[in-house]
Amino acid sequence: MSLAEGVRRGNVRATAKLITLIENHPESAVEDLRALHPHTGNAHIVGITGSPGVGKSTLTDALAKRWRKDGARVGIIAVDPNSPFSGGALLGDRVRMQELATDPGVFIRSMGARGRLGGLARATHNAIRVLDAGGKDVILVETVGVGQSELDIVQTADTVVVGLVPGMGDDIQSIKAGILEVADVFVINKADRPDARRLMMELQTMLDLDPEKGSAWQPPIERTVATTGEGVDMLMAAIRHHWEHLTRSGELEQRRRDRYEAELQAVVEDYWRTRFFEYWQREGHWEQMVEQLLRKETDPFSAARRLLTPFLDSESRRVGL
Amino acid sequence: MFDRDALRNLEQQKDEWERGPVAKTLEQFGERSEEFRTTSELPVERLYTPLEVAEADYQRDLGLPGEYPFTRGIQPTMYRGRLWTMRQYAGFGNAEESNRRYKYLLEQGQTGLSVAFDLPTQIGYDSDHSLSQGEVGKVGVAIDSLADMELLFDGIPLDQVSTSMTINAPAAILLAMYAALARKQGVALDRLRGTIQNDILKEYVARGTYIFPPRPSMRLVSDTFAFCAEQLPNWNSISISGYHMREAGCNAVQEVAFTLANAIAYVQAALDAGLDVDTFAPRLSFFFDAHNDVLEEVSKFRAARKLWARIMKERFGAKKARSQMLRFHTQTAGSALTAQQPDNNVVRVTLQALAAVLGGTQSLHTNSREEALALPTEDSVRLALRTQQVIAHESGVVNTVDPLAGSYYVEALTREIEDRVNAYIEKIDELGGAARAIEQGYIQREIQESAYTHQKDVESGERVVVGLNKYRIAEEPPTNLLRVDPVVERQEREKLVQLRARRDNARVTETLEGVRRAAAGRENLVPRLLEAVDAYATLGEICDVLRGEFGVHQASVVF
Amino acid sequence: MAEQPIRVLIAKPGLDGHDRGAKVLARALRDAGMEVIYTGLRQTPEQIAATATQEDVHVVGLSCLSGAHLELFPRVVQLLREHGAGDILVLGGGTIPSEDISVLKEHGVAEVFTPGASTQEVVEFVKRSVNL
Repeated sequence: MSLAEGVRRGNVRATAKLITLIENHPESAVEDLRALHPHTGNAHIVGITGSPGVGKSTLTDALAKRWRKDGARVGIIAVDPNSPFSGGALLGDRVRMQELATDPGVFIRSMGARGRLGGLARATHNAIRVLDAGGKDVILVETVGVGQSELDIVQTADTVVVGLVPGMGDDIQSIKAGILEVADVFVINKADRPDARRLMMELQTMLDLDPEKGSAWQPPIERTVATTGEGVDMLMAAIRHHWEHLTRSGELEQRRRDRYEAELQAVVEDYWRTRFFEYWQREGHWEQMVEQLLRKETDPFSAARRLLTPFLDSESRRVGL
Repeated sequence: MFDRDALRNLEQQKDEWERGPVAKTLEQFGERSEEFRTTSELPVERLYTPLEVAEADYQRDLGLPGEYPFTRGIQPTMYRGRLWTMRQYAGFGNAEESNRRYKYLLEQGQTGLSVAFDLPTQIGYDSDHSLSQGEVGKVGVAIDSLADMELLFDGIPLDQVSTSMTINAPAAILLAMYAALARKQGVALDRLRGTIQNDILKEYVARGTYIFPPRPSMRLVSDTFAFCAEQLPNWNSISISGYHMREAGCNAVQEVAFTLANAIAYVQAALDAGLDVDTFAPRLSFFFDAHNDVLEEVSKFRAARKLWARIMKERFGAKKARSQMLRFHTQTAGSALTAQQPDNNVVRVTLQALAAVLGGTQSLHTNSREEALALPTEDSVRLALRTQQVIAHESGVVNTVDPLAGSYYVEALTREIEDRVNAYIEKIDELGGAARAIEQGYIQREIQESAYTHQKDVESGERVVVGLNKYRIAEEPPTNLLRVDPVVERQEREKLVQLRARRDNARVTETLEGVRRAAAGRENLVPRLLEAVDAYATLGEICDVLRGEFGVHQASVVF
Repeated sequence: MAEQPIRVLIAKPGLDGHDRGAKVLARALRDAGMEVIYTGLRQTPEQIAATATQEDVHVVGLSCLSGAHLELFPRVVQLLREHGAGDILVLGGGTIPSEDISVLKEHGVAEVFTPGASTQEVVEFVKRSVNL
């Protein structure tokens, strides 16, 4: 039985193994992903992002439990950074999801970002595809959340939930730094803190000033205390509401078209890049060209032409032109 | 403290000494290390003289024993009057077995009891709960109901002993059981002496036996403060503990800093609940670790006393002297013991115990040699107790108060620790107090950083641990360790079945409903808990009611 | 960065709250280039086995200082086998008397590290055993 078949039958071990393969040897996972592709597109992909201390894992846990109450099958991917020194990582998000571990309707995967800076791992996208094809109704994707701009999630999720928390000082700053545009739903977590109301008002003011105000979807601001479950019903309702908006307005199709286009572009680029460097690794001359540049014997444009021409020739010959 | 001219002369003299004899010696022999540090990484100079303590003011910084700021001790005569309480932490298996160990220890000259509970009891599960599997009676005695408590203290009149109970999240329930038992024995509550640990904040940080979220947990703490102030005037309503944070890896400075920061949070919570500081502060007690670096530990205890006196007087306006006194229990450092060459541990424990005594402890537990591997046997516990008795009766250090005072090194180190602790407390205040600092993971991170550094230093050999990374021998692993009979778990389950059949279940339901109502409202919970335990409601049943009202703490992990 | 990092689950089965060793080891494994999943306190064997399977780890490290290891460790091994994940290496650590070590090994625990073991020993053992 192939891993893809295992995934389709809901086999946990096969699902886990395929995700590992995607992480370590993506080229070897192509056949399985090809087989799974027709079965994707059913899951609602929800991104959860925000600064450290926002309670992303606790929110993810609370949302997953809420969805489970309705009988939905839930996939969770939680991404954490790897150490730039050792390459290792401490993946601790599951601590807040302990009760979900043994729920057969939930699959959780912790993922090291492995050097990627956009908030997700290179493998996240295809791991989502695996969970989607495996029959998950909702896939919650928790980003690294170290405070930098994490734009990967916009490329990946249908609904982006941006978490904020009162009393962290830098919240409004980070909103200015571009979170405003990516959020489909805002959630103020730890809303039992005294300064929650102020944060809410500041955020509302900022949304009112947004030039895009008046467009079809206005990001709602929900308030939760995820540790007690307070407000989680409303948060889920808002996320679902956004999903309905996406499907009804045709925006879902547009988003997915954009996403496929981006992916296709990436796959093609990746293919050409790999072939090109393989060719020049075989042929040599690369180092030599760099040396010539250094000695001003050539310029980068002529050098590129001298590298590309024989490569394109060889590719044309290969396809019989 | 010193004459200015004399100091100037000394400074010149010391300078010449360093350039002369010291330089010459260094040329010939060198020193063992570039720099010397205490186990807490505090720098240690070659020599301490009046110059290093020139800033000190005797009246302000030391004072007399029994007087503010209590640096030299909390009583005027210290051990010339009464020795410290020798209190061995014990408990395993079932109540009957632990009762036998207590009686044995009392016969051997121990002067106070210290009850270790098993993990299900500490986390509020009955012995027949699924999560209790494999844990019943393992690290302490299993107590499910008042019936077990009756067996545990069978033949031990509660007005004759002082009893310390290491119990935190369900501390109020165990206190209620103890009080209910006293009533049955005909002992008035105001005659009970002892301590409940009741320190929930450090459970979130280091020890892990939390149940409820911080807010209702702090309410339980305040409720016990109020109840004790009213009904158990001789009971220590809390033992604010640095021990477990130190065992989790922090250093001596951090131990004092985090303990006092937690203490500040408890005092503040009680004040916020409307209590007057001088009603409950005299019953606050502390619990510290004693490690191998003897002089650093002595300085630590002295600094802690001084710091607490200042905090209570200046920050909280406490007026009673007893409110300003830091009274503490000490346990020797489990984490300093090695599984290799376990007899070496006897020597370590001796040094640690000596540090605690020189530091003026009120009570002391000495660990047994095999505790890196298992619970101690009777023989090992006796040896550990004898260690205290030798220090008390043969070493002579007990015959004068605070004998190391005036040592230039100890005074300088006391001051250094004090300053560093103050810096930490300031930082924690900035973060919004201990509870917030814990929530943000600040304290946990500090501890883990120290623990990891320590481990790396041991593995690199920079820090020598005799028998572990130096002076190793080939040895057989020790045998005849104490084992808890797995049959205990089955017996405890059977006892519960019988109890539930025997007791008045209507009264149980009714009193549990009383607990639930009190938990949902604002009245003091302890009297309702007393009614419930008296009706033989089990610990697990009561905790389930509280879990329903309070919720459970969601752990978070910090790296 | 290693092409294929070793993945390890460090878990605390049972009610024991002493996590100093588990956390120090988790950091040491991280610093040795591994991806370490840490799940916190009070894990049941069922939770540990399910987590190990979903995370597709090479190694599960169990830490227990409460004396409940004989009940808990073999149960994890057994559940992993039931999940079809019997190839995952299970290691144990904590205050474990020597006579229990052979019992644990009979029940499929690959190695047991007792107090005084260095984190480097564990790192070496994992690297040697996983052998990617």
